[in-house]
Amino acid sequence: MRLALLFLGLALALVSPASADGTWAGLGPSVPKATGEPHPEGNAYMRRHHMQLMRHDRNLTVHDGDRDVGASLSECFECHAVEDGAGGYVTYESEQHFCRACHDFAAVKVDCFMCHRSTPEGFEEPPMHAFDATPEQDIQVTRSFLDHAFGPGKSDGGRTE
Amino acid sequence: MSQPPKISRRDLLKSGGSAVTLTIASGVTLMAFGGSEVQGAADAGKRWGLLIDVNKCAKDCTACITACQDENGWKGHGNRETDAQWIRKVTLKNKATGHETAMPVMCQHCEKPPCVDVCPTGASFKRKDGIVLVDKHICIGCRYCMMACPFKARSFVHEPTNNQSVNAPRGQGTVESCTLCVHRVDKGQIPACVEACDATGNGAMIFGDLKDPESEISKRLAEFPSVALRGDLELNPGVRYAEL
Amino acid sequence: MERTIYREIPATGALWAVAALLIAFIAGAAASVIYVEHHGHIATGMNNQVVWGIPHVFAIFLIVAASGALNGASIASVFGQAPYKPIARLSAVLAMSLLIGGLAVLVLDLGRPDRLLVAMTTYNFSSIFAWNIYLYTGFLAVVATYLAVQMSRVDYAYVRGVGTVAFLWRLALTTGTGSIFGWLVARPGYDAAIMAPLFIAMSFSFGLAVFILVLVTLFRISGRKVGGALCHRLGGLLGIFAATVLYFTAVQHLTALYAAKHAGFERFILLEGGHFTWMFWLLQVVVGGLIPIALIYVPRMRNNPAEPILASILVIIGGLAQIYVIVVGGQAYPMDIFPGYEASSSFFDGEVARYSPTLPEFALGLGGVALALLAVGLAAKILRILPTNLLDANLPAND
Repeated sequence: MRLALLFLGLALALVSPASADGTWAGLGPSVPKATGEPHPEGNAYMRRHHMQLMRHDRNLTVHDGDRDVGASLSECFECHAVEDGAGGYVTYESEQHFCRACHDFAAVKVDCFMCHRSTPEGFEEPPMHAFDATPEQDIQVTRSFLDHAFGPGKSDGGRTE
Repeated sequence: MSQPPKISRRDLLKSGGSAVTLTIASGVTLMAFGGSEVQGAADAGKRWGLLIDVNKCAKDCTACITACQDENGWKGHGNRETDAQWIRKVTLKNKATGHETAMPVMCQHCEKPPCVDVCPTGASFKRKDGIVLVDKHICIGCRYCMMACPFKARSFVHEPTNNQSVNAPRGQGTVESCTLCVHRVDKGQIPACVEACDATGNGAMIFGDLKDPESEISKRLAEFPSVALRGDLELNPGVRYAEL
Repeated sequence: MERTIYREIPATGALWAVAALLIAFIAGAAASVIYVEHHGHIATGMNNQVVWGIPHVFAIFLIVAASGALNGASIASVFGQAPYKPIARLSAVLAMSLLIGGLAVLVLDLGRPDRLLVAMTTYNFSSIFAWNIYLYTGFLAVVATYLAVQMSRVDYAYVRGVGTVAFLWRLALTTGTGSIFGWLVARPGYDAAIMAPLFIAMSFSFGLAVFILVLVTLFRISGRKVGGALCHRLGGLLGIFAATVLYFTAVQHLTALYAAKHAGFERFILLEGGHFTWMFWLLQVVVGGLIPIALIYVPRMRNNPAEPILASILVIIGGLAQIYVIVVGGQAYPMDIFPGYEASSSFFDGEVARYSPTLPEFALGLGGVALALLAVGLAAKILRILPTNLLDANLPAND
């Protein structure tokens, strides 16, 4: 079993190599191209450590008022915003969003955009979908969640108001 | 990983100052900050405050509220009971004389803030310079601070939120309130409400350092009578009202 | 007299039916949590004026009752009353279950329930809330140990020792819960030291009422027998506790009435508060206090075999009403930020706040109750906590 896993890992590593220009190919996530200068630390460093950098700075900013920070979330979008094809940018609600490209692939939840905007400053983000949902749609969402979680038919036991 | 050991740009910046940075291995950086040198703009030698001259506050003027909304990006969803209000205009009618006045009320930035005392995680905190804030990274949304605040200064975000201002991230399930425009104060600017009030010509709000006896706000407080809201609680708020 | 033998309850059809019902309520709570997390708290009736609502009423009731559910065990091992020994194990299990149910409601109502880990790793020790996290988890640990020594063949001195720790801990726990309100200086309805002893009295009363109902129900659905004398003994105790709650409530309001600055709030709760006033007088005082006391002490009613059960149900109804009046009533009455002035604003300054609870709030609260009851049923099914026979002839007598 362990051998099989090892083999699978090796195979995946072979089909999805990180190419020299920092983009991924094969089975890995497809990372949207960024604009601007590359990170001097290198992409591999940023991929691994971007959260530590931002976490460190967020505490300094929020608690000590240090605004002269190297890693700020809003700066990320100066280069990493993905255009929506209509002159604007996609928000975190879209699967095309830069952060979601890898985070969806790795199934790691991003907490940032509950509070932070997910597009460059100045862009008017469209209203979120949750506002448009009717109660009927909500019931549908809840049903499908329960069906997914417990199997079809069980959702009648739950109150889907 | 074939990358050479790297430290972040900001760590490099820091190492030029009072901080000592030591890189032991790739990606492992030890940092030690020396002395009492101020890292950020929050300065323990200052205490930011507001003086609001109720007489100069025009009854129907809402310039401070609009400016705050624009600056910090909080807006209503048309539900008065759940919409956030970082700053509100309160109309006061003297019960004995019938005299009516109106004035803005926001977070009073107490020296001994009850919201900070009760917060289980420390998300509600007071900066060294007296500004009371919510660290939304660790706010769990329990609303105990809203129970404890004697000024009704805090709001809870009841809906999913997007299109926030870069100045003031805010989101569903966390508590928020006036930040005294901390992002502007850190850049040496005055809060948006004060700026807007000045622009109307009313000049009812003065912002400044309460610890500096030479600041305009300190001089005015020393010279003219003023009150703190809920003075009986001895919270020593940073926001004071004159001519109330 | 037989020896007291503890056995797992048999899997009767009634047991499964009750379990299925409870699971349905838990599923309802799960749906409610997902719904509220998706939409935000806009889906509830809570707002910027009434920030704690129905979920908190249920959560606080369960947490307070958890401490009181330990009565049976405390009386047996701390105060040495042998007749209570056979019910001591159930008492400990019920205490833990109710606390877990209450905490689940509290945690799932958070604005960011996903950040539970933050609440457990980042502490501000000047917050009574943070202390309570230790008091609650510590209570679970102490009572679990208490249950373990009761169920093992150790010297009874150990049981007495751990039982004493548990008894003191539960007093601290309820003091902490009452102080969540008692230490709030901002609001006229709180800010009173009497909140701590009031909550302790409430815990004795509500917890015992829940215990009586759970005991009788578990025995009925598992086909075992409880003697009338034991029930009446517990009922008599409930009468004393219900009277104690009334006494502390009276002192609470009389003290506030004496101070002119609290007159407005007292007039609100006692006279002009609309449904708060009705809930206070009718549900809390009459249904939850006077009627159960009469049932227990008036000789003609006392002889009714259903008397302790009926009294328990009434005490629970009154208890929920009492916590509602404290939690929601205390927030609905406006704070006096500007003494001497009549205040008005777009943010409800100077106005009594409105609160219309919604279905998801009740679903979550009832789900917490169901979780607590399911946990105690499960424990009775897999652990030897219930005696096979609780008929009066089988109760151990005091030495």
